Amino acid sequence: MKHRSLFVLLTALLALSMLLSACGTPAPVATEVPAAATDAPAVATEAPVATEAPAAGPMTFVLVPKNLGNPYFDTSNKGAQEAAKELGVTVLYQGSANADATEQIQLLNSLIAQKVNGLAISANDSDALVPTGKEAIAAGIPVVTFDSAIGKDGRLFHINQAVLYDIGAIEIKMAADLAGADGGEIAILSATSTAPNQNAWIEVMKEVLAKPEYSKLKLVEVVYGDDDDTKSYNEAQALFTKYPNLKVIIAPTTVGIAASARAVTDAGLIGKVMVTGLGTPNQMREYVKSGAAPQFALWNPLDLGYLSIYALNALATGEIKGVEGETFKAGRLGEYTIKNDPDLGLNVLYGAPFIYNASNIDNFDW
Amino acid sequence: MISSSSASDTKSVSLISENAPKSSFLSRFLRWEWMLVGLIFIVVIVNTQLTPYFLDARNLSRTSSDFMEIGLMMLPMVFIIITGNIDLSVASNMGMSASFMGLLHNMGVNIWVAAAAALLLGTLGGMLNGYLISRVKLPALVVTLGTYAFYRGLAYGFLGDQAARGYPEAFTYFGQGKVFQTLVPFSVALFLFMAVIFGLVLHRTSFGRYLFSIGNNENATNYSGVPVAKIKFIIYTLSGFMASLAGLVLAARFGSTRPDNGTGLELAVITAAVLGGVDINGGKGSMLGAGLSLLLIGLMRFGMGLMNIQGQVQGIAIGLLLILSILIPSMVRSLSSAGKNINWRSAFSAFLFLLVFVLFFVFFFWSRAAVIANI
Repeated sequence: MKHRSLFVLLTALLALSMLLSACGTPAPVATEVPAAATDAPAVATEAPVATEAPAAGPMTFVLVPKNLGNPYFDTSNKGAQEAAKELGVTVLYQGSANADATEQIQLLNSLIAQKVNGLAISANDSDALVPTGKEAIAAGIPVVTFDSAIGKDGRLFHINQAVLYDIGAIEIKMAADLAGADGGEIAILSATSTAPNQNAWIEVMKEVLAKPEYSKLKLVEVVYGDDDDTKSYNEAQALFTKYPNLKVIIAPTTVGIAASARAVTDAGLIGKVMVTGLGTPNQMREYVKSGAAPQFALWNPLDLGYLSIYALNALATGEIKGVEGETFKAGRLGEYTIKNDPDLGLNVLYGAPFIYNASNIDNFDW
Repeated sequence: MISSSSASDTKSVSLISENAPKSSFLSRFLRWEWMLVGLIFIVVIVNTQLTPYFLDARNLSRTSSDFMEIGLMMLPMVFIIITGNIDLSVASNMGMSASFMGLLHNMGVNIWVAAAAALLLGTLGGMLNGYLISRVKLPALVVTLGTYAFYRGLAYGFLGDQAARGYPEAFTYFGQGKVFQTLVPFSVALFLFMAVIFGLVLHRTSFGRYLFSIGNNENATNYSGVPVAKIKFIIYTLSGFMASLAGLVLAARFGSTRPDNGTGLELAVITAAVLGGVDINGGKGSMLGAGLSLLLIGLMRFGMGLMNIQGQVQGIAIGLLLILSILIPSMVRSLSSAGKNINWRSAFSAFLFLLVFVLFFVFFFWSRAAVIANI
């Protein structure tokens, strides 16, 4: 083509003009700390975030769930909005449609570009999000994680719903109760195979199953429903076919437990196959009453969202820096202290899992 | 006898003109690349009005690295589509190579050896595609659909539900580092370098001309003595190599690898190529157009992301743009050749599409006004 060089020249001019105009805009990021300096202990010595906040008006925090359309995260958003009203800040709820790390990273990049005042993230991949988390912190945006943590370097601290071990142990205990004295075959229906919290819980469950008191329980398979209702439903059905003697399905995911309970009900296996795991009261009420899922556990994701926003506010206003031992007040939930854990790094512990069954399910509305 | 030299007989009309066909000044601007340049201008101007964060150098630098893996895989894809074929397995090949490198790294192998092994595996994957398509003569769509699943499965086979993490900083520089002291990410510099090479091969070498000719008429090209099978084998092998290179860049960018990395990226790669004016039936296209379309898609997604338009919803705009990119050139063609006998039906439907497109953007800006005002 004859005028190819003209195109190339024009494109180069276009790119150059964009770069020049970008250099022209005053850079509020002039005080950025180079990304290399953000090791976990060095995080505390970064300039207090308050000086980085854009001058105009109230602060904006963003709650980033694993994916949208998940009732568990929708509830945590409710708690976050409650905290937002109390604090006088704005909380945006932004997520990707699928529980995918690449999409989450792209979303986070655009949020960093918008210079929001804080990020509370539930990570789809603990390792892949570390560079992005580091960049956000270097850009002066405090990053905390809730529900599912990013690796230690990629966030200031993690808001831990309950001790990892307790979550796994309680699910095995419930499974043992449901399987009865004779024990039997159990299976785990998880979310995505890469979700850090899921994998951590499954590890604990396997560890607990090795104990002598659970010797009658036999874990036959771990399947993945990808936090997708249809896939979880199909995986549950596949389990019934593959293991006719299956007694209990443990689904440590609110999408998976609802889908499994529905699968049990549709297949007419109530009483023969029990479902347990982590679920939300409103979604599971009918299954608790029908006997498909007689008991399950959870912590309150509403409080988790609420706590995350208070934590971000404390960081953004400079009340705390994100160092071990600091305490901050989280509205109606009281005071929380940042602890250090060899595996989890800096974290704040919300509480312990709570068992829902027919006797108390009507007391909750979320 | 046909007079072959115009000098021999000035009175008779020579049937073979030795001058290039004259084209009007205006028709030179009716190229798709100009449309892309125009769209980029519009996108830049509109987004700059809407948000101060769009033309920020640091933001652009950060967001550009999101698209470089797609860019690297797009370069050989342009070759493949020009020949009238397709390669659906690029993203799976990318995942497979990255997972293989992760597996080796987890086993303690030196990162550079692991990276080289990953490149080798990806190239072998491309060779398998090439062999089945060029020698065994199976249809490209079916073969690459099969390897799309096969390679992704291998990726899961290598890493299971593990992750490979803890890559040394010298390696993660490829995905996260910047060139010298500037804001230009290394992956962008790498992409631009490869793009120039691929562009030169496509437009300035006989190999490139053969690609166009295969796309226009494979049988005629074959009977003209061009080694069609060998060329096809080469381009698919090249695609495998670039896919594994993209896999290394992705692993370096994330600082870790999981088997599901890059799932679904092949569609973004093909979209970028086709939007760039590469005809899906083969025989037409330019590397510059493909590069411009990658830039356009990147800027559009970045701009829409800044307005907090969700990823899947951004797809509406990209999809509409893609449809228009096929509709408008054919409209222009039929309009210019039809003269008075304009096909009113297709003109009307094209107008309708344009209207829908414009209305969509108006709706989105209007509905997001509150969000924009807040930030």
